[in-house]
Amino acid sequence: MNDWRRLDPRVLAIRPIEGLIRAAVPLLVVFFSGSGDGPGQWISVAAAALVVLAGIMHWFTTRYRITDTQVELRTGLLRRRHVAVPLDRVRSVDVTASVMHRLLRVAVVKIGTGRQDKGKHDELRLDAVSAGEARALRSELLHRQNAPVAAASPAADPTRHPTQDATAYPAPYSAPAEVMLSEFDPAWVRFAPFTLSGLATVGAITGYVFHLLNEAHIDPGRVGEVRSFAGVLSRTSLPLLALAVLVILVLLASAFSTAGYLLAFWGFRLTRHPGGSLHVQRGLLTSRSVSLEERRLRGVEIREPLLLRLVTGARLVAIATGMREDRGSDKGGELLQPPAPLALTHRVAALVLGTTDPTTAALRMHGPAARRRRYLRALAAAVVVLAVFVVLRVLGALPNWPWWLAALLVPIAAVVARDRYRSLGHTVVAGYLVTRHGSIDRRTAALRTDGIIGWRLKQTFFQRRAGLATLTATTAGGHGAYHVPDVPLREALDCAEDAVPGLLAPFLAPAPPRSPR
Amino acid sequence: MTYWAVRAGAGWLVVLVPLVVIIVVAPDHPTWLVVATVVEAVVGALHVLVMPRWRFRVHRWEVTDQALYTQSGWFTVERRVAPISRIQTVDTERGPLEQLFGLTKVTITTASAAGPLKIHGLDAVTAARLADELTTGTGGDGT
Repeated sequence: MNDWRRLDPRVLAIRPIEGLIRAAVPLLVVFFSGSGDGPGQWISVAAAALVVLAGIMHWFTTRYRITDTQVELRTGLLRRRHVAVPLDRVRSVDVTASVMHRLLRVAVVKIGTGRQDKGKHDELRLDAVSAGEARALRSELLHRQNAPVAAASPAADPTRHPTQDATAYPAPYSAPAEVMLSEFDPAWVRFAPFTLSGLATVGAITGYVFHLLNEAHIDPGRVGEVRSFAGVLSRTSLPLLALAVLVILVLLASAFSTAGYLLAFWGFRLTRHPGGSLHVQRGLLTSRSVSLEERRLRGVEIREPLLLRLVTGARLVAIATGMREDRGSDKGGELLQPPAPLALTHRVAALVLGTTDPTTAALRMHGPAARRRRYLRALAAAVVVLAVFVVLRVLGALPNWPWWLAALLVPIAAVVARDRYRSLGHTVVAGYLVTRHGSIDRRTAALRTDGIIGWRLKQTFFQRRAGLATLTATTAGGHGAYHVPDVPLREALDCAEDAVPGLLAPFLAPAPPRSPR
Repeated sequence: MTYWAVRAGAGWLVVLVPLVVIIVVAPDHPTWLVVATVVEAVVGALHVLVMPRWRFRVHRWEVTDQALYTQSGWFTVERRVAPISRIQTVDTERGPLEQLFGLTKVTITTASAAGPLKIHGLDAVTAARLADELTTGTGGDGT
């Protein structure tokens, strides 16, 4: 098994097409921008040929192998790259297959290592291997100690060409021994419109349409229908128009959120492999399958953004070391449960951790000083905004309505402050540090206390006056830091001592840290 | 202490000098520019006078068999603790200004992306000894 292996030959078909699709917009723009048969057409044809060639070369230049101690990858034609990762530092194996990959039954395997640094260079990416090979690689890499048999399975046998692997894809990844922790339920889709993920899509599409119009030198004002429509609009009253735009926006955002939810989470399953790892599988068109070693798990985090909280929905995210920092909603951890009913999310959390869910524990409130600080900060911000608009009004730079709107901010700020205080809390229970904060984006994190690798205790001037401190537990997983904001100093020290006995104590006894004030 | 004063002073000079030059060179400078410059000079002077003393009183560090403790800041005070067993790397670093004063900065990182401990303004011997002490006798993965 120490021989160099190649990617699946079906990549020869996929890579060039993928490359062309990715480069399609600039290529077409260059192709059509030149009038007649100018140089633009030749340049774009040459560029397209280059893209196809690069895609083909990728297969010829890429090789990988798994030795007894490490995974190695050689790639690149002009810039050769050779990456080697020790096997015991492999922390996650991520299998992705787009529609095209799925049609040809291949998949992209990403092997994640434990670095928290940004950048792609520490990631081993095999683009692409056959689906069977992907599955074999995963068990080979993750369950080495527990299942050495996996390495001897036929799919991982290098004497056999990967294409001969006839395992049907998408065959279920799970062996019967896997335990189902959570499975997609179409009823969850009702939470989709409350995730706001569609809003970004609407924005992106609007931007793209305007960009295209601009690129194509089309002035919307010159198109007859648009102009007559604009005429109708200009006769409508402003509030009505604003309302109409809002309604359309909400409808569009909901539609896109729902579509996005279905695309991302259709067929979601969270399973536990007896070899000691969690598997997440999801995706309607592009299927994504992530494996995560349980010994890398440091806790879980429940996220309840305001809108989702209004309908008692929540997401569950893993706090694990060595996970890739993802973009957008997955930032700072791997998704264990897409937006779903809160009770179900708690149940999944309990199953994942194998205890009663620490995030349901009763939390200690942070007291009147913390409450004052919540109100003070929220109201101060609202008052500053209001003051700016009032001054502008007095100077005559603005009409009346902006500061009326700004005045609305004050009661809103009060409500938010109240909610922020009610959300605030922490406790140490059964080996977990639990902390919750935030209102608009409320998060409850349960961090295993043996995963805490340091403390930060921060006090601004104003916090010192109020006798408060922000306690931060640093860890190797997730965001790297989990905060307990504005907790009374005494309680912060108690909490740190409860969670990790003996770490902070030696520094308190001989020379107590400067008392607040 | 002097090092912090010099560093802060240099920062303020970068802002102030161009302003003064503009006022001197351009005859038709607006009045508010003069006011702003004077205010800045006063704030800058206060900062240079007060901050280093305050900071010096706050900054401290301590190391035991099990853990390392640092306390830093002035307006915002931050204390950090890390167990010795979780320490990943120890960097000692000297900038040009620090070399002038014979000082060394020691940065101790853990496996967390959010928690390097920094000890400013150690003399070279202490820094080297600390780095030695911290890098010997750690084992395991540290995550």
